[in-house]
Amino acid sequence: MPDVRYETAFKLYPYEKVAAQDTAPVRHPVVIVGGGPIGMALALDLGQRGTPALVLDDHDGVGLGSRAICFAKRTLEIADRLGAGQAMLDKGVVWNVGRVFHGDSSVFDFNLLPEEGHAHPAFINLQQPYFEKFLVDQIRVEQAKGAPIEIRGRNQVTGLHDHGDHVTLDINTPDGSYQIEADWLIACDGARSPVRDFMGLSFEGRVFEDNFLIADVKMKADFPTERWFWFEPPFEGAGQSALLHKQPDDIWRIDFQLGWDIDRAKELDPDRIRTRVDAMLGSRDGTIPDYALEWTSIYTFQCRRMEDFRHGSVLFAGDSAHQVSPFGARGANSGVQDADNLAWKLDLVVKGHAPEALLDSYSTERSHGADENILNSTRATDFLTPKSETSQIFRNAVLQLAQHHAFARPLVNSGRLSVPCVYDEMPLNGPDKLHAPHVSRVGAPCPDAPLGDGYVLNALVGGFTLLALNADVPTEVTGVTEADVTARVVPVPDDAITDDLRARYLGDAKSAVYLIRPDQHVAARWADFDTASVRAALRTACGME
Amino acid sequence: MSLNLNPNIPDPDGFYDSLVQAHEGLSKTQSDAYNARLILVLANHIGDRAVLADALKAAHHA
Repeated sequence: MPDVRYETAFKLYPYEKVAAQDTAPVRHPVVIVGGGPIGMALALDLGQRGTPALVLDDHDGVGLGSRAICFAKRTLEIADRLGAGQAMLDKGVVWNVGRVFHGDSSVFDFNLLPEEGHAHPAFINLQQPYFEKFLVDQIRVEQAKGAPIEIRGRNQVTGLHDHGDHVTLDINTPDGSYQIEADWLIACDGARSPVRDFMGLSFEGRVFEDNFLIADVKMKADFPTERWFWFEPPFEGAGQSALLHKQPDDIWRIDFQLGWDIDRAKELDPDRIRTRVDAMLGSRDGTIPDYALEWTSIYTFQCRRMEDFRHGSVLFAGDSAHQVSPFGARGANSGVQDADNLAWKLDLVVKGHAPEALLDSYSTERSHGADENILNSTRATDFLTPKSETSQIFRNAVLQLAQHHAFARPLVNSGRLSVPCVYDEMPLNGPDKLHAPHVSRVGAPCPDAPLGDGYVLNALVGGFTLLALNADVPTEVTGVTEADVTARVVPVPDDAITDDLRARYLGDAKSAVYLIRPDQHVAARWADFDTASVRAALRTACGME
Repeated sequence: MSLNLNPNIPDPDGFYDSLVQAHEGLSKTQSDAYNARLILVLANHIGDRAVLADALKAAHHA
């Protein structure tokens, strides 16, 4: 019987016995361990591309507790490509504005999405269980249409045998154990990844000596839909910093930074938590709204990553591969980018359209992303919790100056909120032969912009695309093919180029041809269309050389 | 532009006097905070990261 480690919020994939439990081990092209947001996003992406994906989860649904709540624009764009974006937008609380306080004073506020012309907001707040549920809902839709995705609940992986070109898994179920084989195993099994342990792989990094108390409270309150962050909060018992942030269903996330030497059990006492929450909520005008404690937790964190995200036929994605502090919402958001990066590569490799080496680029690109996230979240943590008297003095000097002088505001770091990683100088990158804006350079995720009745990202879906802006592509050319990989032409005539599209993709250039990967990152760009150049760039982008 | 380590302040005695006077009446804690603010104001005015990097080094090797 698999261990029950937590209660579920939604029971989405109850255990069902399958025939394979009574036969010799069945081989699967792709097995995903862990049905969290990363595993489900990956399964959905693979299934939509026609590559079979089997998800094994040791529970029968989504774990209870809000956990990750801030989902970034890039994550929403990815979810939108997968068909689950609208449900998230409909349920989520949209926000773009953050406000920073120091003690009693308001220091300043910032807008994370100051420019128009994007389909998605900078962030939505949405409890993680909903995020996962919407992905599973979409998997069910795709399954009904024939997508080869299977989810097996209460299938706990208890052992792994690595044969080099495939692995065998021992699986425990309510009906006893069985084995399966996988050509490719993707470990999306979280920060304490059992797969990583089975393989004896290390996960080194820096532990931050601090405890944070989360209190999600349910209340009707008229605080604005903004991220409020206090340095040295003026209300009693809040510790060194505090956060207030709205979620759907009248739930508010409250965070208190408690420090290192605390008595966990004592701090989790509901009466004690309520005293803290009362002080915070009453600090505005003395009145405390009625509220109920919905979910509480104390967490500590580490910043660390695996050295390599690929070990033969086993790949790691999400928290199993990297962990960061929560400041900046870089955990789940970066994991979803892992899935986005891995799905199309795995699809091409499984179909035999690209060499296995393409999967090494997953590790190269996403460990670069992890380093960026670790750097950002480490810096934020050092600003939140100055490590010396002098750094405390500088931190407070920044906060004091920021109240009066604009120059100091960019130095205030209450978490640099997740922005997508740019794969600068990476091996899959082709030529950048266009004098055009930096924002859409080779390696960057395509910036969104209005196009026709929708947005340009809606047109950049499926496999590789060739975005031809006022470019001379013969009308009979609908795609460019190299080996088994085709880039579909998306022609945009000059009169259909909107101002935002021009500003983000052309600048002063008259025309442009962008080769765009299936994960909507720019692979190469030129001023004019040339078949041979596109084919060469496709080879590079698929790791064929 | 590189970091200027040659005399550059007109009326050096006058400037030094204002610097010290700015701290008058401040406690050690207040002075430390003042110095931090002053460094940040000046660093922003310089802006150039290479110059700032040289300044950080130069102050170490005094």
